[in-house]
Amino acid sequence: MAAADAMGARGFWLRTRAMLIKEFIQLKRDRLSFGMIIMIPLMQLVLFGYAINTTPRDLPTAVLLQETSDVGRSILAALQNTKYFKITHRARDEAEFDRLLASGTVLFAIEVPANFERALRRGDRPAVLVAADATDPVAAGSALSALGTIVTTALRNDHAIPDTAAPPFEVRTHARYNPAGATALNIVPGLVGTILTMTMLIFTALSVTREIERGTMEALLAMPITPVEIMLGKIVPYVIVGFVQAGLIISVGALLFGVPIFGSLALLALLSTLFITTNLSIGYTFSTIAQNQLQAMQMSMMFFLPNILLSGFMFPFAGMPAWAQWIGEALPLTHFIRIVRAIMLKGSTFGDLRYDAVALTALMLIAMAIAVTRFRRTLD
Amino acid sequence: MGALRWSENVTAPDIAIEVEGLSKSFDGREVVHDLSMQVRRGTIYGFLGPNGSGKTTTIRMLCGLLTPDTGRGTCLGYDIITETDRIKRRVGYMTQRFSLYQDLSVRENLEFVARLYDVPDPVGAARAMVERLGLHGREEQLAGSLSGGWKQRLALGACTLPNPQLLLLDEPTAGVDPKARREFWNEIHAMAGEGLTVLVSTHYMDEAERCHEIAYIAYGHLLVHGTVQEVIAQSHLTTYVVGGEGLGDLAARLEQTRGVDMVAPFGTSLHVSGRDAAALERAIAPYRNDRRFTWQQSEPSLEDVFIDLMSRARDNFQDAA
Repeated sequence: MAAADAMGARGFWLRTRAMLIKEFIQLKRDRLSFGMIIMIPLMQLVLFGYAINTTPRDLPTAVLLQETSDVGRSILAALQNTKYFKITHRARDEAEFDRLLASGTVLFAIEVPANFERALRRGDRPAVLVAADATDPVAAGSALSALGTIVTTALRNDHAIPDTAAPPFEVRTHARYNPAGATALNIVPGLVGTILTMTMLIFTALSVTREIERGTMEALLAMPITPVEIMLGKIVPYVIVGFVQAGLIISVGALLFGVPIFGSLALLALLSTLFITTNLSIGYTFSTIAQNQLQAMQMSMMFFLPNILLSGFMFPFAGMPAWAQWIGEALPLTHFIRIVRAIMLKGSTFGDLRYDAVALTALMLIAMAIAVTRFRRTLD
Repeated sequence: MGALRWSENVTAPDIAIEVEGLSKSFDGREVVHDLSMQVRRGTIYGFLGPNGSGKTTTIRMLCGLLTPDTGRGTCLGYDIITETDRIKRRVGYMTQRFSLYQDLSVRENLEFVARLYDVPDPVGAARAMVERLGLHGREEQLAGSLSGGWKQRLALGACTLPNPQLLLLDEPTAGVDPKARREFWNEIHAMAGEGLTVLVSTHYMDEAERCHEIAYIAYGHLLVHGTVQEVIAQSHLTTYVVGGEGLGDLAARLEQTRGVDMVAPFGTSLHVSGRDAAALERAIAPYRNDRRFTWQQSEPSLEDVFIDLMSRARDNFQDAA
């Protein structure tokens, strides 16, 4: 019996070893997969390790000075010195002040009212208005909480105001669009984009490689159909699928989490369709580059991760270093998250979202152009 | 426009395929070498050769799926390099591997092809093809679940649906049972009778004999072409059919004898062939009077000719490569 067991164990090991050797050989043959085993962890570690910062600095800020005074300037200088704020725009009037916030150009807008200095000297405790875009509570939160004390201390050090116990003026903060700082209001619109990115990429990423692997591509190429026709034929059905998905997520978000939709539903539908088509085009591009379905999946995952981490979905976009923001600008999800948060929570209009709509269109056209040129019309 | 003119002037209207000096290499390995051929309209042209001889590559060059490295030619009067779009609209190509959608039904596959080629009334055309193929009652069956013979019929139906002028069939009957093969060939002959040109590659000798003309290709070289009789006559092969007992021993001894180029057992007989008739006579002389054997000179079979061609081609081209 002992001998038989030994034989059995030996056989088990031999067969396992045979399988193992075969798997290693196949892994080695698939160059792209092999490269990704090394590249994915390295790239992503370096990329995200440096890029992600949950206490963002230099947040874009607009100021509206209703009077020109030394105190006003001191307040602004103090704000800049906190490093939380970076004054990027000077609004001329209330309308521009509101528009800069609505379009997402700035995350904060600070208004020093008229007769501020005089009121200060009279001891009337005038108010500086700080309006924050709270659609992303993480980005706005730390800056807002630090605001009051930091400004007061800074002004005292400047000897701009008397060194009294109570601050001589009030910083009146106003968390716009999400006054309660509810996470669901931020997360649900972001999830619309994230879920769509994941599902849309996979749908088309497999489409061309599947035809090649199943042997149907050869017959298709011998028929009178052009690469553009193949691409559009493969993308359009999933636009409808994506549209249904988006509707589902938004409806559930509204029903279960009470996420409001302040803006135009038609505009949301239009820009969602654009975003869906952009992701489908990118997935399709992967499909024309990958040699098999596994590679297409890997490419999609490699694209998906930065979309999640660098788009402003999980971490504040404004808190990332400039180079990471540039990468973020090249990702469709970044633009869509701005669009969907702006329409749902701020009620923004197309005018406010022009830039992001144009960026999405450009990304879509670039992906389609690459796909059509990459698509091999022959088997050469 | 120069290239276009060339095609239209040179090609006679009764020529379906005319190519000159086609070569194609993959990764530095030449798969097709300086291939020239001509196929008249309305003929069934058999394309024979061993595996890896360049048959599929040649067919792919004819329908625009591959670009030849050198050479030129026309298919249905259109240039095979610059006018592939026009060729694709008029040619039906049946790939070696089943290439319809396995997860679509018979009807859906046919309707897809009909729509791609802009056939008027695609639904009606697909229904008519189902009837013609004898697939009535199986329209809604998924193509992937059909048996080998039915798959092949469906594939033929799909590539004839848009009414092509030329059919390119790449080993259409591989793995198909004899009855289905016969029906398939009857179908092809019927279509050729209606004026369709058919280029078909095959391994089967009996199928070669059903073709109007054949060409034999090995190691990328087109070695011989013509009717079956012409090809056999061109071989200059002398063949004896030996019957009797103990043929195994005889075969082993003859294979070592100078003057005998080929020994092949056929059931209870042995085919002994040589390129030089006189040398063959000398080689077999010692065994001619052996009581155990009966010797009879006969015409070489097509298979004898092809196996001989292959061994000669191996000597000529493979060593050089």
